[in-house]
Amino acid sequence: MTGGKLYDLRGVSKSFTKGKEKITIFNDLNMSISEGDFLAIMGPSGSGKTTLLNLLGGVDKPTGGEIWFDDSRVDNLSESQLAKWRANNIGFIFQFYNLMPMLNAERNVELPLLLTKLSAKERKKNVAAAMELVGLSDRAKHMTSEMSGGQQQRVAIARAIVSDPKLILCDEPTGDLDRKTADEILSMLQLLNREFGKTIVMVTHDPSAANYAKRVLHLDKGEFVEKDLVA
Amino acid sequence: MTSIFSQIITVVMMNIRSLPRRFWMSLAATLAIAVVVAVLLSFLSMSNGFRKTLEGAGTEDTAIITRSGSKSELNSVLSNDVVNIITTAPGIAKDANDRPIYSAELYVVVDGIKRTTNTKVNIPMRGISQTGFDLRKNVKITEGRMFEPGKNEIIAGASIQREFSGFELGNRVKFGKTTWTVVGIFSTGGSAFESELWADARVLQSQFRRGNSFQTVRVLLSEPGNIDGLLKAVEDDPRLMLDIQTEADFFKEQGEALGGMVKLGWILSIVMSLGALAGALNTMYISVTEREQEIATLRAIGFSNISAFFGTLVESLVLSLLGGIIGTVAAYLFMDGLTTSTLGGNFTQVAFTFEMSSDLLMNGIILALIIGLVGGFFPAWRAARLPVVLAFRGGA
Ligand SMILES: Nc1ncnc2c1ncn2[C@@H]1O[C@H](COP(=O)(O)OP(=O)(O)O)[C@@H](O)[C@H]1O
Ligand SMILES: [Mg+2]
Repeated sequence: MTGGKLYDLRGVSKSFTKGKEKITIFNDLNMSISEGDFLAIMGPSGSGKTTLLNLLGGVDKPTGGEIWFDDSRVDNLSESQLAKWRANNIGFIFQFYNLMPMLNAERNVELPLLLTKLSAKERKKNVAAAMELVGLSDRAKHMTSEMSGGQQQRVAIARAIVSDPKLILCDEPTGDLDRKTADEILSMLQLLNREFGKTIVMVTHDPSAANYAKRVLHLDKGEFVEKDLVA
Repeated sequence: MTSIFSQIITVVMMNIRSLPRRFWMSLAATLAIAVVVAVLLSFLSMSNGFRKTLEGAGTEDTAIITRSGSKSELNSVLSNDVVNIITTAPGIAKDANDRPIYSAELYVVVDGIKRTTNTKVNIPMRGISQTGFDLRKNVKITEGRMFEPGKNEIIAGASIQREFSGFELGNRVKFGKTTWTVVGIFSTGGSAFESELWADARVLQSQFRRGNSFQTVRVLLSEPGNIDGLLKAVEDDPRLMLDIQTEADFFKEQGEALGGMVKLGWILSIVMSLGALAGALNTMYISVTEREQEIATLRAIGFSNISAFFGTLVESLVLSLLGGIIGTVAAYLFMDGLTTSTLGGNFTQVAFTFEMSSDLLMNGIILALIIGLVGGFFPAWRAARLPVVLAFRGGA
């Protein structure tokens, strides 16, 4: 299912300055991600996984190098261009779900569609389809604060896919869930990858993530240590 | 861009719905603004009512003559001779017998017991004649009758009767060594004259040992508003050291004595506004901090920073508008129509009514919105500049 090149990172570096101290996370990082990939990025805490995901998602900018997406450069886009680019191409899934507590489940899922030209009726239809896909059709009107962690993460998945982006970026999507629920979520991501052709990049600690992903990269001290493909 | 608009609406609605999380703090900020608005409106309605009461008393048909530089009726003295000379000046209307129509008046201060506070305060007592009575706008006896010339009889203005005890019809009241009988109650349609006691000028002259002198003269003008003849007479005759104004102008000037009150009201309100502004800023900064992750998440999804900015700003404006409305309604309920009296300038006690107007109420709402705008702007700016990576920070 792996198609053409979706991402290309060329000589990417990223450093933070804390006071007078300069902390370098990446120095000359090169990698590419193909369309249809399901990539798990693993590594010890503090190894730069979230930072890498932020760079891929265009919510943070590299200090050096270039990031190419679909054959166009994205690291030099302006704030508002990036916001539009994210809206069009990326669905995010967070460790702590990041749902809006004052909105019910379907309103949360609808949020990305408010950035599109879809009519209220079309939005409703798409939201219903996404809720169906994550198996929460009967909970559409529930407040997310009254849901279990697994249900909340499914609402978040519905929100990430409702506008049909090519790419889903997940930061520790099972980090806050028990084993059984974590497996449900991982299967769901796998389904999205296999059946719907979504490219997924997932940062995780979860050792069983390897059972679901197509490819696993180990990040250590800002460098990839490629290990064998699993399954 | 319709999308920007729907983004802003969504974010605003989310912020408003999240207000219960910050209920007490938001309520405190709102009430602080309400208090500022209520204070401002109290001052404005007070001066508005005072001005209207005085302006209502004056007419363009009459001119009032006082001793030069006296500024008020109380400080003026006019000898009988001066009265006789000035009333022959041109420009004064004449009666059927070709005599000038004028009223030479006395104006003294007596004690009255205020009903609300049970304290002694000054009330003005005017010596007047039937002509003087007739010169007043909208004047009528509402109870009893007119005083009889030569007798110790008084008629009391309607607000005197309302505000002070002892002026019921038929009562006898004592001022110093003299005793007077209240024989009538008069009204002048709510103007300042209703805060006066009236008696026969000649009786007042003798009871208050004023000899032959008066304090002011009112003349009926043959042409309303035209006092040129009188001014010319004063200019030509060195014995006449007089100020001449239409009664309308005279009262307008007195009403401006409370202009200082308006200024004081604004200054006080602005100082208090700074307090309310600090409250609004604090509340909105906390609101932004509390919503940091929500704002960043929306930004990650693709919402613009403009929506984060306006979402916060509108929340602030909604809170301040609410405060403005509460303050306005409170001021309206408690102040409008409230009758009080004040020592106005050189005036004695003048009863007047707080009077709200839609203009005044708008002032209150605008002040509230300014507080909300400034108090929301800086926090909104911060909201717009929050780094999107905050969405990935842990801690639910
Ligand atoms: N905004 C920042 N300023 C300074 N240091 C940061 C910032 N973000 C991340 N870091 C540092 O970068 C390193 C990698 O962080 P992160 O990407 O979150 O790691 P991981 O997700 O793998 O645990 C950590 O040492 C962290 O302290
Ligand atoms: Mg991390």
